[in-house]
Amino acid sequence: MIKEVKLKINNIEVCVPEGSTILQAAKKLNIELPTLCYHNDLSVAGNCRVCIVEVKNSRLLQPACVFPVSEGIEVFTNSNLVRQARKHIIELLLSEHNADCTECYRNNNCELQRLAYEYGVSQHLFIDLIPLKNYEKDYSSPSIIKDDSRCIRCQRCVRTCEELQAVSALTVAYRGEHMKISTFFENPMFEIVCTNCGQCVLHCPTGALIERTYIDEVWEAINDPDKHVVVQTAPAVRVALGELFGYEPGERVTGKMVTALKLLGFDSVLDTNFSADLTIIEESNELLERLKKAIKEKQKAYLPMFTSCSPGWIKFAEHMYPELLPHLSTCKSPQQMFGALVKTYYAKKIGIDPKKIVSVSIMPCTAKKFEANRPEMKSSGYRDVDYVLTTRELALMIKQAGINFSKLSETNYDNIMGKSTGAGVIFGVTGGVAEAALRTAYEIITGKEIPFPKLNIIPVRGLEGVREVTIKIDGTLPEWDFLEGMELRVAIAHGLANAKRLIEKILSGQVNYHFVEIMACPGGCLGGGGQPIPVNTEIRKSRVKAIYEEDENMPLRKSHENPDVIALYNEFLHKPLGHKSHELLHVTYTPRKRY
Amino acid sequence: MNEIENIVKEMFKKYGKSRTALIPVLQSIIRKKRFLSDEDIVEVAKLFDLSSAEVYGVASFYSFLDIKPRGKYVIRICKTISCEMKGSKEIIESIKKMLKINLNETTKDNKFSLLTTNCLGWCHKGPAMLINEDVYYDLTPEKVAEIIEFYKNK
Repeated sequence: MIKEVKLKINNIEVCVPEGSTILQAAKKLNIELPTLCYHNDLSVAGNCRVCIVEVKNSRLLQPACVFPVSEGIEVFTNSNLVRQARKHIIELLLSEHNADCTECYRNNNCELQRLAYEYGVSQHLFIDLIPLKNYEKDYSSPSIIKDDSRCIRCQRCVRTCEELQAVSALTVAYRGEHMKISTFFENPMFEIVCTNCGQCVLHCPTGALIERTYIDEVWEAINDPDKHVVVQTAPAVRVALGELFGYEPGERVTGKMVTALKLLGFDSVLDTNFSADLTIIEESNELLERLKKAIKEKQKAYLPMFTSCSPGWIKFAEHMYPELLPHLSTCKSPQQMFGALVKTYYAKKIGIDPKKIVSVSIMPCTAKKFEANRPEMKSSGYRDVDYVLTTRELALMIKQAGINFSKLSETNYDNIMGKSTGAGVIFGVTGGVAEAALRTAYEIITGKEIPFPKLNIIPVRGLEGVREVTIKIDGTLPEWDFLEGMELRVAIAHGLANAKRLIEKILSGQVNYHFVEIMACPGGCLGGGGQPIPVNTEIRKSRVKAIYEEDENMPLRKSHENPDVIALYNEFLHKPLGHKSHELLHVTYTPRKRY
Repeated sequence: MNEIENIVKEMFKKYGKSRTALIPVLQSIIRKKRFLSDEDIVEVAKLFDLSSAEVYGVASFYSFLDIKPRGKYVIRICKTISCEMKGSKEIIESIKKMLKINLNETTKDNKFSLLTTNCLGWCHKGPAMLINEDVYYDLTPEKVAEIIEFYKNK
């Protein structure tokens, strides 16, 4: 049993388990301490010092985030000494910080700005060092902008990249006053091993790492009468957008979001969930083809098959595991399938020249911006997706347009590629693609629904870093009789550090699976790099709940029952993995440098 | 097997295949090549299974793990206060004249680089300087001229 330790904070007694920090003990008393380098998702660094407190009989002020409690200590979190010291720390940080807040993307949502306000920083106490620093701004990436002049060197991004994503594209370079957050040899972000996942953006307390915005380009397209602007919205956006308008995490705002998009002036508001359903049809058929090749035809097939919807994961695989690229499903991500269809199928159907179509997507993701810019993504003869906006950018557009979001009525998506099923929605959560694929694949093989109550495949759900589930196949249709009695082994990982752990086990032969779902971001897309800031485990859990609610509330729960998808196959694609599908919906990737 | 691989293998034998061996490896490369090129760092990162950014971070932290190309002889003059009081500025000026380079530069023939350094622990005999791993102290412009001449002909 863990020993309890009794201490006093501001003369109030509190008991916490041995090994807790003062920060944790204070939290138990509902005392908020200011923090900058501390983040719930990450290891503790203790380098910003802004959480310092007075510990009785200790010569120095102590950082609460790292200081372990011990029996009988007395802590003061709000003495004059503490407040004064914190103010000086904030002022010292500001002396090196480009505080042109009005020009900063994080204006109004910046942890340093908030502390400067709370501690009443008014005039510079220390010399302004900005003119003496040669700060650099890196615009090279289509996803992420790195602005050293806004950096406070808290190293949350470095820890994020290493601990959550196992990429370590960012590092602490040099020392002392020259210390900076850097890439390898300060190479541009576009050329390094960065997966564009944007977790660093999500974890940055200031505006040092932000997404590259395309808001102006989208306004321009909307206001151009010659352009037909189509927008698609990813599943995870609807369970998080509300947070940027004062809703509690986990409130679903699907209908209001659709209304807002129509008010913004998009010509057609459609749903990425539609193409998520389409992805499932293509991907589960692809999996079954591979199983057939391996088991029935006894030929070499690339198993396990890995999912390919997460562009952060794709780039990670290209850099770190090029040998696995043939194992990736050749299906494009739902965003890119949608893009390829908008300028072909959709254009034909509504009789508009695809040249005049501007295709915009709203994504919980920064890597999607990179994905849309890939040279591989032009199968419609045009750029399949023209602009990708994050959830945050959409909220900003809604605010710019003066729309009172909470007062909006709810509307439905437009027709043609707007219908979706619950299986499409759960693409936004870790385990969701596996669950959606299982719902469809099982039915293709057996002609029966997968035997889980209400189709909820509970074992694939949850926020464990790596999960696995075995589904026994019973009562196959004659065409699939070679799968009778087989145990289909599925693994799921989210966060690239977990993915790496799982892949190393697969490569060393310790485990083997038929199907592996990988999402680059913790929690899946709902915890994506383009989602509202802040994020933590509690917020991710609320969004998970919301996604499953959205799924359960859909009249259709299986991708192959989506009427728009059925129509698409009847009128255009003809059959899964057919000629047209291969031309428009499938792609292969090429290895990149690992170091 | 290339040079870097040899060094790394040797250090792994000595320190085990862990990050502990990283700094000794980087030091050995410096001893042989005077600086760490980006190719060298990539090679080291591969052999250690670390990200190249991480190795770059370690290398850039230490002044003596140079990441800029340097000449065959790296001169580092102590820039701290006791050496300055004993005339290190004059020493720097005379070396600059002798080699026709500025601080942080390398001669055209790639023979000499001129840098400053923090305290060498020779405050009692300042001004002091290092040339590669050899220390010279009680320097005067005349004495420095002799030393440089010696290295020029070496």
